Amino acid sequence: MAARMIARSVTRRRSRVAIAVAAVAIGATTLFSLASIALDIPRQMSREMRSYGANLLVLPADGAEAVTPEAAEAVAGTISAEQLIGFAPYRYFNVRINEQPFLASGTDLESARTVSPYWHVEGAWPERAGELLIGSDVAAVTALGAGEAVSVVVGTDAEGPVAHPFTITGVLSTGGSEDALVAMSLADAEALAGPGGYDVVEFSIASQPDQIAALAESINAEQPGQSAQPDQSAQSAQPAVRAAPVKRLTQSDTYVLDMLQSLLVIVSLIVLALTMIGVSTTMMAVVAERRTEIGLRKALGASNRSVVAEFMAEGMVLGVVGGIGGVVIGYALAVAISDNVFHRVPAFSWPLAAATCAAAVGVTWLANRVPVRRAAEVDPAIVLRGE
Amino acid sequence: MEPNAGGPLLEIADLSKVYGPLKALDQVTLNVDQGEWLSIVGPSGSGKTTLMNIVGCMDQPTAGAVRLDGRDLSALGAKELTQVRRETVGLIFQKFHMIGHLTALENVMVAQYYHSLPDESEALAALGRVGLAERATHLPSQLSGGEQQRVCIARALINYPKLVLADEPTGNLDADNERIVLDLFAQLHEQGTTLIVVTHDPAVAAQGEREVRLDHGRIVQEIRHRAARPGQVLKEAGHVA
Repeated sequence: MAARMIARSVTRRRSRVAIAVAAVAIGATTLFSLASIALDIPRQMSREMRSYGANLLVLPADGAEAVTPEAAEAVAGTISAEQLIGFAPYRYFNVRINEQPFLASGTDLESARTVSPYWHVEGAWPERAGELLIGSDVAAVTALGAGEAVSVVVGTDAEGPVAHPFTITGVLSTGGSEDALVAMSLADAEALAGPGGYDVVEFSIASQPDQIAALAESINAEQPGQSAQPDQSAQSAQPAVRAAPVKRLTQSDTYVLDMLQSLLVIVSLIVLALTMIGVSTTMMAVVAERRTEIGLRKALGASNRSVVAEFMAEGMVLGVVGGIGGVVIGYALAVAISDNVFHRVPAFSWPLAAATCAAAVGVTWLANRVPVRRAAEVDPAIVLRGE
Repeated sequence: MEPNAGGPLLEIADLSKVYGPLKALDQVTLNVDQGEWLSIVGPSGSGKTTLMNIVGCMDQPTAGAVRLDGRDLSALGAKELTQVRRETVGLIFQKFHMIGHLTALENVMVAQYYHSLPDESEALAALGRVGLAERATHLPSQLSGGEQQRVCIARALINYPKLVLADEPTGNLDADNERIVLDLFAQLHEQGTTLIVVTHDPAVAAQGEREVRLDHGRIVQEIRHRAARPGQVLKEAGHVA
């Protein structure tokens, strides 16, 4: 009968129930949407930071001339496939174009595009041998542009400087040091500068700054691919590479994340407090208008405990309904906000949904407790008095 | 406490109730026998409602003793009073007081629920006895005043109370519904139910076997009615000093 009374109260007092549920749902909506975004921000920010370039550099160890392709692969092998966005090797050498010296970089252009998505190319990316990109500064100095042929002169040997014909496919602009570069494929670089290793390998890893720092330490402490033979010489035991996190980016990453998360936590707590006040006020009004009904129940023989239990149970039902409604609306809100701000859709978190419903029920319980207990003390004689 | 057997169902001795400087009841002494129909009349503020509250286990006297079904109400705490009210008393109110979101049937079942166990068929039968079986699934807002009062009578009787307290039961009813309600009371009286009816209406008061008039918290008149036939009443009045 108690369940029947609660069900009838919820289904037949629709306007009053709607007000109470709305009060709970508004709080749950705000809480779930804020928490969804707060939990998703590390993932969102990590992705955002990726577009700003590499966050781990692998360089030749002290005393070594270059990073070998094998060492680069070995480092890549220590990073999980889910986390490794890509890595791009770079080999730098000097060239002359139109009698002016420039720094050229040979790289895996496809990997460079992955690791450095902010590279903007006006024209096209090189696809064949004999094609290259020139940085916007180079283009300005040489007055060259996409589609033009150019002679790239490398070094001097016994027969004098060697000119290599290339075609400029595009002009590269990044707003950074790459604007002063001439970029070409590794194969072309080797053709011009001869075989050799890499001067630097840039890694883009989807991970938190502290994890990247730990990875760098691990690489520096234990060189991947290093032989563990006991008879290895002291020299060969030294790491062939050293790793360094890109500090400026990781620090700003951490700062922004901490700031946003702190802000969202504070806002969530304020929302929770406001929800408590709102729900409490609503429940007080709802219970107050049922004072006569409570008096009648007591006149019919209901104990205070029974009245409190029934009204609290009814409040819990409203809390669950409001909580579920809040989760649904809150997720829609979180999607809308994330889509507009981060251009990403946050994943639906079942544990967070359960926690939000639990918080809604908890807040409703707390908000109901005082007015219901007070109402249960109502004198049943008010019914006889006709009040 | 032994339940009262054979003697008066209600024994009130020197009952007083004081609210600050106001004496709502002043040394009232009154007995009500089992199966008796007692009418209580009096002007507003005469102490009728205070007396009903105390007899209905919703208030405690300042002085004096009240024994209902052999139990001394003045010695009971709030929980025990609730239990006595639940088990012994059926209440009928002037303003009906139905729970608005429950049907007529469910309103009757609420009284069963707080008393023992709800039984839908028994509640339906109780509605049938007041002629409202076909209105069982209607909400209070879909019932007339007379129908609501009949539902309240069914609710008051569902747990077979030894005493039915009715506070102005016809106060909000038209003449036709008043007649229906009084006929139901007459049936209950014939079946041996003890009735105490508070009323302003002399015609309603005259339906009881005995009429007690209160004024300024004291019983000032007691009238014994002897119904010769329905609608005809003979009176034997006696004034109380």
